[in-house]
Amino acid sequence: MNGKLSILGEFWTFLRVRKKWWLAPVVLMLLLLGLLITLSEGSALAPFIYSLF
Amino acid sequence: MNILGISAFYHDSAACLVRDGEIIAAAQEERFSRKKHDDRFPRHAIDYCLREAGLASSSELDLVAFYEKPFVKCDRLFSTYLGVAPRGLQSFLKAVPVWIKQKIWIKQILRDELKFEGTILFPEHHESHAASAFFPSPFEDAAVLTVDGVGEWATTTIGRGAGNRVDLLRELHFPHSLGLLYSAFTYYLGFRVNSGEYKVMGLAPYGQPRFTDLILSNLVDLKPDGSLRLNLDHFDFMAGLTMTSRSFAQLFGAPRRAPEAELTQHHMDVARSLQAVTEEVMLRMARHAHEVTGSSNLCLAGGVALNCVGNGRILREGPFEKIWIQPAAGDAGGALGAALLGWHHYHDQPREAPGTHDAQKASLLGPAFDPAELVARKEIAHEQLGDDELMERVAALLEDRQVIGWYQGRVEFGPRALGNRSILADPRVPDMQRRLNEKIKFRESFRPFAPAVLRERVAEYFELDEPSPYMLLVAPVKAAVESSVDDSAGFGDRLRAVRSPIPAVTHVDQSARIQTVDVRENPRFHALLRAFEQRTGCGVLINTSFNVRGEPPVCAVEDAYRCFMRTGMDYLVLGNLLIDKRQQQPLPAAPPPTARSWIADDYERIDRSPRALRRFGFTMGIVAGVITALLIRRYPAVAMTTGVVAVLFAAAGQFAPTSLAAIHRIWMQISLAMGWVMTRVILTLVFFLVLTPVGLLQRLAGKRAFEVAFRTPENTYWKGRETPFERESYERQY
Repeated sequence: MNGKLSILGEFWTFLRVRKKWWLAPVVLMLLLLGLLITLSEGSALAPFIYSLF
Repeated sequence: MNILGISAFYHDSAACLVRDGEIIAAAQEERFSRKKHDDRFPRHAIDYCLREAGLASSSELDLVAFYEKPFVKCDRLFSTYLGVAPRGLQSFLKAVPVWIKQKIWIKQILRDELKFEGTILFPEHHESHAASAFFPSPFEDAAVLTVDGVGEWATTTIGRGAGNRVDLLRELHFPHSLGLLYSAFTYYLGFRVNSGEYKVMGLAPYGQPRFTDLILSNLVDLKPDGSLRLNLDHFDFMAGLTMTSRSFAQLFGAPRRAPEAELTQHHMDVARSLQAVTEEVMLRMARHAHEVTGSSNLCLAGGVALNCVGNGRILREGPFEKIWIQPAAGDAGGALGAALLGWHHYHDQPREAPGTHDAQKASLLGPAFDPAELVARKEIAHEQLGDDELMERVAALLEDRQVIGWYQGRVEFGPRALGNRSILADPRVPDMQRRLNEKIKFRESFRPFAPAVLRERVAEYFELDEPSPYMLLVAPVKAAVESSVDDSAGFGDRLRAVRSPIPAVTHVDQSARIQTVDVRENPRFHALLRAFEQRTGCGVLINTSFNVRGEPPVCAVEDAYRCFMRTGMDYLVLGNLLIDKRQQQPLPAAPPPTARSWIADDYERIDRSPRALRRFGFTMGIVAGVITALLIRRYPAVAMTTGVVAVLFAAAGQFAPTSLAAIHRIWMQISLAMGWVMTRVILTLVFFLVLTPVGLLQRLAGKRAFEVAFRTPENTYWKGRETPFERESYERQY
């Protein structure tokens, strides 16, 4: 989990340093979605989480 | 210092181990997994590299280097979708799930898989290619040209190598790419992108270049310095799932050829025209690289550097005295380049250029296997021979038109068989090409075979007097004659026409893709060529990779024996063991491939240990318990049932977790299916509600991230690079 959060942090730095503001909303939303998917995948809770959407 | 280089997750995963600047081991994952162009994490290749280096585990590594920068690649991907939205949904739905589940987390995947806490480097994709081309080369200084489909943004780079530095100076950016142009035509001609490009090159000599002007006026704006732009109106790789658009087919007056459909003269003419354009672009790029660097040496890498016809023309017609091409020129070679960058750039270690030979060790960098165990276990009938007797016997068999599987020492790194995992035959036999294609390789009959020739006699057979140890240069065959069969004749007639004293390796345009064999680099293969020469006077053999169509070249002894038994090869040589097909028991028929759904495949990757099943029992028990608590007041009857279910799950988890295996399988497969659907529903919403409006706004503001204008008055499309060297940049994923 710490490793993944650190990757998100580095990605944010990348967007900031390279001034990729156009990408920010799309990519950050997808990264959070990716985090949710990778965390819930392989867990028995996934179908319950999906039904929340 | 041990440095592990890795390339993975696109195509041709590979690993390489460099110790104190010396290449110890390098291998492609496909050779172990037996899945062609395997792009998965190269677990087997890494294990092999560690074994070869005598390391007990990856925790003993000093540095790990991944061959590209994932964040910049991600930037390019999403910038492309922003640039084409609302088109591109299908491609978005295909690409993005892989990114959000895997590719963006590459650093974490590397840490988890390798159990490695040290520094991980991320050089640029083309920098890795450039390093793989220059550092192992024999040159003290060189121009470096890397050309492929696309890396992060760059599709082509020109650099300068000197001492322990390789610096990129110019680049072309996506989507304008010679590699993508070649792949688009590969697709149009009905071959598989990223693997069928060789077939297009082999097909080209059968055609006439009658579409060359059409390509240069409608598809490619080529500047005198080799920089180019593609006309995006005719390509679909930005937004669709295909490489070319409908207007592309209209331009050529015929629809895309269906895979496996008949090849007509039209297809051959298209292939020839594309090849002519490609060679012209490669030549102009090489000349520009010479102008920029002033060096008389050239190093090449990137997938386009496997275009050995183009390489041959650069050598003959270009401004360079010498050229060296990385044999693993595709993405697999990126693993090698990344590791070498770790040593020479990140750790600033010196490099010594030997001048006379390269540091690639004949590209025999993969695993070696002892055949004795298999031969004993399977009671394989064989003869064990001493070196001299073996060479004599095999040479005699080759002279007798027998086809030999030749399995020796370490596996080659790169796509070509170089005499350690090879199928060999006599090139003087006119119908040998057809026999090998149809009875042994089971591949298209138009495809040519390559000659392996004694280094010291290459100039007697070919218009070449340079080493070509990696089969990456094409040159005319000497004493070849124009065939009396003209171009209007059928495919078969043109194929069978005898054009030289070595007809089986002479292509229809009187050329050959040459491998020179040097006694210092591969003494056993050299000894065999020498023995054949002494019997026949011919210092050339057909050398083709030891595999059948659709499979990677063989790696382990078992692969070789299986391939030998299921094809029309006559003899197999495993080290010093000679095996005669006629003395073998037939193998049972290959089991039919089992078709499994992706859900079943994904389920196999989920932890199903008793511990995981116990956790599953408790999780389900808790969820059922919570549902019971919520229902108990209003629906006591239902709550009774859910309560019992909760207790049963918890009890099974505690006392008999394995009894939950069947329920676990069903539940988790439902979970995977729901995940698949939900991911795509959410992504579709993101595409239209977030990405499309942002993309439209961006274009309204004139801020598209890539160039779309086809023809502009600019003199050049090359972009200069101004990024100064910064050691820390290698630690960043951008």
